[in-house]
Amino acid sequence: MSHAAIAGTRTERDRSSLHGARLPRWSPYAIALGAAALAVLVGTLAGLHSRIQWGLIAAALFVLGLYGASARVEGLRRAKDRLATSLVWAAFLLAVVPLVSLIWTTLTCGVKVLDVHFLTHSMGVVADTEPGGGIYHAIVGSLQQVGLATLIGAPIGVLTAIYLVEYGRGRLARAVTFFVDVMTGIPSIVAGLFILSLMLILKMQPFGFAGSLALAILMMPVVVRSTEEMLKLVPNELREASLALGVPKWRTILKVVLPTSIGGITTGVVLAVARIAGETAPVMLLVFGNPFINNNPFEGAQASLPLYIYQQYANSAGSGAAYDRAWAASLTLIAFVMLLNLGARGIARWKAPRTGR
Amino acid sequence: MDTATHQTQAGTPVPPPRPSAAGQKRAARGATHLGDRIFLGLSRGSGVLLLLIMAAIAVFLTYRASLAIGRDHGNFLTTFEWNTNQDPPVFGIAVLAYGTVVSSVIAMVLAVPVAVAIALFLTHYAPRRLSGPIAYVIDLLAAVPSIVYGLWGALILVPHMNGLFGWLDDHLGWTGIFSWEGGAPRSMLTVGILLAIMILPIVTNVSREVFRQVPRMHEEAALALGATRWEVIRMAVLPFGRSGVISASMLGLGRALGETMAVATVLSPTFDIKASLLDPGGGTFAQNIAGKFSEATEFGRDALIASGLVLFVITLLVNGAARMIIARRKEYSGAAA
Repeated sequence: MSHAAIAGTRTERDRSSLHGARLPRWSPYAIALGAAALAVLVGTLAGLHSRIQWGLIAAALFVLGLYGASARVEGLRRAKDRLATSLVWAAFLLAVVPLVSLIWTTLTCGVKVLDVHFLTHSMGVVADTEPGGGIYHAIVGSLQQVGLATLIGAPIGVLTAIYLVEYGRGRLARAVTFFVDVMTGIPSIVAGLFILSLMLILKMQPFGFAGSLALAILMMPVVVRSTEEMLKLVPNELREASLALGVPKWRTILKVVLPTSIGGITTGVVLAVARIAGETAPVMLLVFGNPFINNNPFEGAQASLPLYIYQQYANSAGSGAAYDRAWAASLTLIAFVMLLNLGARGIARWKAPRTGR
Repeated sequence: MDTATHQTQAGTPVPPPRPSAAGQKRAARGATHLGDRIFLGLSRGSGVLLLLIMAAIAVFLTYRASLAIGRDHGNFLTTFEWNTNQDPPVFGIAVLAYGTVVSSVIAMVLAVPVAVAIALFLTHYAPRRLSGPIAYVIDLLAAVPSIVYGLWGALILVPHMNGLFGWLDDHLGWTGIFSWEGGAPRSMLTVGILLAIMILPIVTNVSREVFRQVPRMHEEAALALGATRWEVIRMAVLPFGRSGVISASMLGLGRALGETMAVATVLSPTFDIKASLLDPGGGTFAQNIAGKFSEATEFGRDALIASGLVLFVITLLVNGAARMIIARRKEYSGAAA
């Protein structure tokens, strides 16, 4: 539009022009290159072995160099802006390093022993320090415990959310809302200790279902929260239309409100399942772990995938074979959790409520 | 029954005779009341059940804890020991309380600025094509189980800490906080760093949501006055998001306080308080429960439950405070928007 005018003012480099002096567009890249070269030089001269230190020196040089250049040419305000930009980028890159390392290590170490044999055998006849064995017993235990927890936690969570959104008025609803929030923050080990105190009173030995109860407690508030959000998205016109046709409220909820929001509710439940599938602490207190296959969650100690990872790490006395199994089990667990997450997102997209917006 | 009426109505253009319609209506109303009552009862019952569970947690933990504390021959709050198997038993939570607070504070100090920066990066700096996928990856990272972080921390992070610890000892060793005797770096600082990495996703996610809600008008007004991007953030975004960031950090703090497995795998525990953050030792509530549980007698388990009760109360206070800040903020951001 007014390119010519702007170009004109730029060429004048006049104090009164709309734009002050600007560093050329390529200058950050040039300074980055210079900083990297200087860091390599300093690193080799000072004999620093760690590449991480080289990177840190380069980053510091870049931030300082860009700030200095900008302060000289563009003034202090722009320089501060550039400083903030580079710090924000640096924070982002800094956070990416451990997270990438985590994923990468789990992948590369996990695939070493992860095969069909590993997935279909238990640790029954394999000592913790020897190679071999697998996670079949842990998968069975995890699936049963998490499945039972979901059977208990999901309906209670969804019903509570229905109460809060469709019926909830007054003091009871406010108390439930507050305590659901507070319950979200209960450490998983405290939920485990609660069930443990019941088991101590009833003189019971560890069994799978006890773990399910603790997991259900951890699951409920998550389900309530997400379901509540989804029910609030259902437009009131739908409810009013249904009620105006003389449909009773409970049928309105079952036939109109729930079907409209079922995608979001399912997503929330699946995400909650993904969260409890990785819980170790309550399982350790209540289910105890077992190297043999136990198909009965109501009697006797069971294994579980997260607990298996911990026990392979803790009982291995530094044995490489046990670490390999721990990584492979981690990879399996992460893959399971990620599949649940992706599945949940898929459902959310597929069944997204059409709010008419 | 209700659907049956609708179907007949839809099927036949002629409306059904009046008396029978009235009769059906009356019947339907009876069913309605019953159905509604059952449904309301079920849903309200679930809500009440949640409250009961919370109450039961408090009651049963307190009951079992009182059994143990009553027979404690030390001071439960100040004893530097955890010997529940000896006679008379002596145990106290001083070391655990110190370790829990110190590791969580380290985690907060490291994680919150980085998380706020990442949230700003996602909302204000990242190219739009990048910010969607990155936010998605952060969501996924929040879902990585804590035991996997623990395994990674123990096998990958700990060996990598040697360099940092040596550097800190050389340059800051005189402070006493950063002196290092050269033991394996399974210390409070390593735990704090690992916890920081673990709470990064949740603090980032909540902060991002808050920054996204900053009224567009505020930012555009600042831009129109000639503010640079950083000035917009400092003058419009951060003041608006301050309470949100505080509550996000407290949610992260709640996570860090109760984290069990990551601490249990990384820390090499002792029952004393080290002045230096770099020397291995100390313990946290959750780590102590996980570590001592397998060889604990019934009395020992009660003692662990007592320490769990303290952890429960601390996390309740922290989370309750965070929620109250969020709730208050909601009230007036609703009025402003």
